[in-house]
Amino acid sequence: MVAKFAMDDDSVVVVIGSGAGGGTLSNELAQKGIKVVCLEAGGRHEIQDFVNDEWKSFSQISWLDKRTTSGSWRVAKDFPNLPAWIVKAVGGSTVHWAGASLRFQEHEFKARTTYGAVEGANLLDWPVTLAEMEPYYDKAEFKMGTTGTNGIPRLPGNNNYKVLAAGAKKLGYSEFHTGNMSINSKPRDGRGACQQIGFCFQGCKSGAKWSTLYTEIPKGEATGNLEVRPNAQVLKIEHDAKGKVNAVLYADSTGAMHRQKARIVAVAGNSIESPRLLLNSASTMFPDGLANSSGQVGRNYMRHMTGSVYAMFDRPVHMYRGTTMAGIIRDESRFDPRRGFVGGYEMETLSLGVPFMAAFLDPGAWGRDFSSALDAYDHIAGMWLVGEDMPRETNRVTLHATEKDKFGLPIPNVNFDDHPNDIAMRTHAYGRGSAVYDAVGATRTIHTPPYPSTHNLGTNRMSANARDGVVNKWGQAHDVKNLFVSDGSQFTSGASENPTLTIVALAIRQADYIADQMSKREI
Amino acid sequence: MRVLDKRTRFNRRNFLKTSAASVAAAGAVSGGVVSIGATPAWAEGLTAIKPDAAKTLLVMVRDLYPHDRLGDAYYEKALASMDQAAAKDATLAGQLNDGAANLDAAARKLRNTPYAAIKAEADRVTVLKSIETTPFFRKVRGDMVVALYNQPEVWAKLGYEGASAEYGGYIHRGFDDLDWIKDA
Repeated sequence: MVAKFAMDDDSVVVVIGSGAGGGTLSNELAQKGIKVVCLEAGGRHEIQDFVNDEWKSFSQISWLDKRTTSGSWRVAKDFPNLPAWIVKAVGGSTVHWAGASLRFQEHEFKARTTYGAVEGANLLDWPVTLAEMEPYYDKAEFKMGTTGTNGIPRLPGNNNYKVLAAGAKKLGYSEFHTGNMSINSKPRDGRGACQQIGFCFQGCKSGAKWSTLYTEIPKGEATGNLEVRPNAQVLKIEHDAKGKVNAVLYADSTGAMHRQKARIVAVAGNSIESPRLLLNSASTMFPDGLANSSGQVGRNYMRHMTGSVYAMFDRPVHMYRGTTMAGIIRDESRFDPRRGFVGGYEMETLSLGVPFMAAFLDPGAWGRDFSSALDAYDHIAGMWLVGEDMPRETNRVTLHATEKDKFGLPIPNVNFDDHPNDIAMRTHAYGRGSAVYDAVGATRTIHTPPYPSTHNLGTNRMSANARDGVVNKWGQAHDVKNLFVSDGSQFTSGASENPTLTIVALAIRQADYIADQMSKREI
Repeated sequence: MRVLDKRTRFNRRNFLKTSAASVAAAGAVSGGVVSIGATPAWAEGLTAIKPDAAKTLLVMVRDLYPHDRLGDAYYEKALASMDQAAAKDATLAGQLNDGAANLDAAARKLRNTPYAAIKAEADRVTVLKSIETTPFFRKVRGDMVVALYNQPEVWAKLGYEGASAEYGGYIHRGFDDLDWIKDA
């Protein structure tokens, strides 16, 4: 029996967003008997609605509300209104994520201590350690059915992986395999095994890939404690005279406004919308935005050092067959400043279909140099490079000075400049990526610039000290004790790993904390 | 390993009929660069793009994304999609027709001949580079990179199989059939 809560029910926890953070938190709280209203800006598209068609799917599930960009990153030039490639739908970006589920390394939780004072970077240690996170990583991996954990076998490698692995072996890399993927390698948790469909980014048609859409959310709904409201765009979080949040104002699909009362509010709208919502919730008591006494809301926007290497061979590869992210080389994710940069990076296979390859291989390119690459499409192998980028105060999400959305609220602008460390790392990664493919006879390699950001992080970061960040080690706002941040925007630093597993682990941990604090009447 | 048969499987007449603009394709038009004299039938099927502009634009789109093994039909279909948009958008129609005329003017200035009549691709590319920063060029380039490469018929030619879920994915259809790397 799916719950239905009244707008004036001020005992509910309101969770804004239903992705890795919000969807997981909603279910975890519901399982503990806590009443939850989850407000999701996008619609509810189930597995049968997904399409194996890149542009059609892009129109169906992407967050396409207008945003602007600034700064020297190439995305601002090629995709000025699409800084991020994320999802607006129930399930959030767990609908289109590739499934990579990697734990952060111990030193990555101590970025400031490990890397030292990097000029132009706003580095800080997390107020959490790997040791504190390990039990929650365990729970997250079990929940998500991550391969290579809990006795779950790894997925078989596809053609794209075979090329990567052969190159890795020739170069003497030691840690490469088909990854720790939250994709069922055999039936588990009521979901089937991976059919190697490809199209992981378009919503998994078999349900083998973990997504909150068909795991956390229906499980939470089954408790009778969770109500998910799709097409509910939150505009403002309101507070009482004491500075505690007490309601959320949102618009439904018809544009009608609603005010849902709340005992606690958790923000999980991804790292552009979450700070935007806090900034748009400014009031007389919080003139610079909610929970922003530090001035850090919207700052330290991170998006991972990324790039891709595509390589052509004289024989066919058909990289698009099978899982999009089919394997990983981890050797370069170590901390080793002798390479000329701090932090590390992962090398993960990636494939795009012809439509997206044309759009993203070298945006803006034309002529024979470009089209000859597409002529070799079925002879291409590809990898994505994902590494730790430096948090910078000036890389930030701000409210646009003049442009407003259809509700009259300022749209977000995303400003980003690569740090010299990011550039040094990308140059190194391009070189090593090419070397992997050259080792197995590539005839040509192409260095593809970063796509619009899929890993958006850091804009409401955790800090031990209230002056350095927005939330404490539980994701609880320093300034407002019944306000939480539950998505990747709470990351203090980016680490080199794909962020979803850590978002899920933090959400499980946060649910324990919220339940504890509620029972103690602290919040 | 399972490789694909890239031979053309569609009938050109039906292919164009199925295109959104339902271009009237009377008679067979040879592949490659269209002849300059007569107005080709496909161009007469366009509504917003004028025949002269269509001839210029077709060669321009081929030069933007040259695939020698693709006949004109694929490029015509991509252009037809832009014509359809221009039919509902007078500003776009003006931009395309004026842009094509300006491209011809640039060609005359640099090579003393209309764009589509310049014989060597390298010479046409030189002309294209001279207008590369114009909004017209950017619009055509940006729309055509989507419209050309979003055609399942083009995917087949490039060795991409498109949707796979309805065929059970690739688990039994060659996801790991790469056979040219030893002990991979």
